Amino acid sequence: MESSTQNQTLTVPPVPPPDQSDPPGAHQRKGAVEGSATWSLTDRIGLAICWALGLLFCAIAVAIVVYLLVQGIKFLRPEMLWTPAAAGFDETETGGFSDALFGTMIVAAMGIAIALPTGIAIAVWLVEYGRPTALARVTESTIEAIAGIPSIVLALFGTVIFSSTALGFLSRSSEGVVFGRSFFAAAAMLSLVALPLIVASVREGLNSIPRHVREASYAVGKTKAATTRRILLPTCRPQVATGAMLGLGRIIGDTAIIVVLLGATQNFAPVEGAAFPFNYLRGAGTTLTNFVYEASPTGNLNQPQKAYAAAFVLLLMVLALNAAVDVVHRRARKVGTWSH
Amino acid sequence: MNEDLPQEYGPKWSDQRVERMLGALVCGVVALLLALIVTVFVHAWPSFAHNGLAWFSAGGDVEEQLNAISLSAQTSGEYVYTFHAWPLIWSTLLITGGAVLIALVSALFVAVFIVEFAPEWMSNILQPVIRFLASVPSVIYGLLGVLVLVPFIGNHLVTEEQKASVAGVISLTGYSLLAAILVLTVMIAPIMVSIFSDGLRAVKPGWIEGSLGLGINRWRTTWKIGVRSARPAIVAGTVLAVARAIGEAVMLAMISGSVAFAPNPADGLIFIYEPSRPLGPTIVKNIDQLSSPPFNATLFSIAAVLLFSAAMFSLAGWLARRSMRKYLMP
Repeated sequence: MESSTQNQTLTVPPVPPPDQSDPPGAHQRKGAVEGSATWSLTDRIGLAICWALGLLFCAIAVAIVVYLLVQGIKFLRPEMLWTPAAAGFDETETGGFSDALFGTMIVAAMGIAIALPTGIAIAVWLVEYGRPTALARVTESTIEAIAGIPSIVLALFGTVIFSSTALGFLSRSSEGVVFGRSFFAAAAMLSLVALPLIVASVREGLNSIPRHVREASYAVGKTKAATTRRILLPTCRPQVATGAMLGLGRIIGDTAIIVVLLGATQNFAPVEGAAFPFNYLRGAGTTLTNFVYEASPTGNLNQPQKAYAAAFVLLLMVLALNAAVDVVHRRARKVGTWSH
Repeated sequence: MNEDLPQEYGPKWSDQRVERMLGALVCGVVALLLALIVTVFVHAWPSFAHNGLAWFSAGGDVEEQLNAISLSAQTSGEYVYTFHAWPLIWSTLLITGGAVLIALVSALFVAVFIVEFAPEWMSNILQPVIRFLASVPSVIYGLLGVLVLVPFIGNHLVTEEQKASVAGVISLTGYSLLAAILVLTVMIAPIMVSIFSDGLRAVKPGWIEGSLGLGINRWRTTWKIGVRSARPAIVAGTVLAVARAIGEAVMLAMISGSVAFAPNPADGLIFIYEPSRPLGPTIVKNIDQLSSPPFNATLFSIAAVLLFSAAMFSLAGWLARRSMRKYLMP
């Protein structure tokens, strides 16, 4: 029953938005393209610069991928993925980065679990409700401002809130002093990093749904809330997914918040006396970005080979997310929702 | 659908209730931002109060001042706050300014290329490439900078005479302004490109066609009509990129050299090989001192400056875009 209702909303024939004569992305050259042979020399030099810079960007991207691929294949051993880091004198003794890998997954899951519902709710409020107008303006600026706040500032703010005694249950504390560094703290602050991307993406999706769809739903007696939940959100599922994956990419790529709010350790440091998932989540930990940072020559561990291996794994995650965004876009176009 | 009726029409999910719940959440996020601003400035206040405007000035060695601050918390009851941040600010200005300038010019060319001049296959390659470059984590850029770019600069670009000429002051190892600017450029240019190209695509086709119809070639039309009308997007993209560049901490902590030294352009071109340390990395590098009250205030004062400058850039961008409203699509 559940799936059939959703299918119904998706198989409504695609209707181009009536008020948008030239949707972004549909701008295409029509007719024969003028060659550059008749241009003056300066114009042709400019076009050459365009080509050079475009090829340079491609070359940089290829260089990053190929270089990390080579180094990753050279240094990555499968056992690193399930061996925790250990103290040792050289790189053969120091184990792997399993704790960092799991840490990245935990932080990503927790961060997105906070950011996604919040982001969707804010976007829905902005597009569907948005009254009083002043509050809507303030909210828009707030989201924009959060996007512009350096993550290191967010991290410092996090140390203040999560060191307060009221939130002591979210991290390690001893004799009334709250440590303030835990997976909870890091994930909460990282969700703020992902929030603007999710809000922007979901808003774009909601805005692309034409007005008459909502009116049709109201006309059969559905409330605004039911319309949003049953029609609008299912329709802009591609945008929700895109926003979530862009946010995930930012969360797993962030280092400053992890360095400050997850503690300077390379292993899980579970809190004693707490129930299973919470002892780990309340404790300090590490992620791949933190591991790469510490294992680089400027960090405390200085194990470049492990850093390359971990960076390679991180890059694979980012590439997978990028590919997933592409797939979602392509499928959305094929299904023919109102999004373009 | 019928089994949903009681739930959806019942008082639990009534419209007023949902609206109030969502409104409360939105107010919560706004309050969180206000709390952040207030918290950062309150915690930063002791440092600003003790230093006054001298906080922004040059004077003394920043490393020694930071050491004195951290020592004062351990030894006597009298906290020391003296901190003159000019070398850090200057380094931030040089690195951010250099990177934003290079990125702005190259991103403009690339965006124009993608939207107007690249053949179909080329723009189909370039768009994912740009998206990929924008999504690479900064720590990977930092790692590649440390292990590839920095040794290259240190071993091949900096000559022995140059190293000898500044030997008494600072050692040139490749951790340098140049490395920081180049890597930061690669980090922020993709952000600019994607916003610029969205702006260029949204230019009214009629304006472009009008110019083409007058016999003006595509290149000139693009720059005189397309880029000009896309100015609001260019401002928006630049502001976002500047905010990212100012706040970048981890990558710069890895490759800028982490020496509180102010490279002087008057020394000649050698200054781009000199190490320095911007504001953000100073926080990252000293984060273990966060629990000492005077150091805490100093780190928060740096954060407050970052926050304030990011906010000012956003405001400037907003003002600039307001005056360009006529270029925006209705």
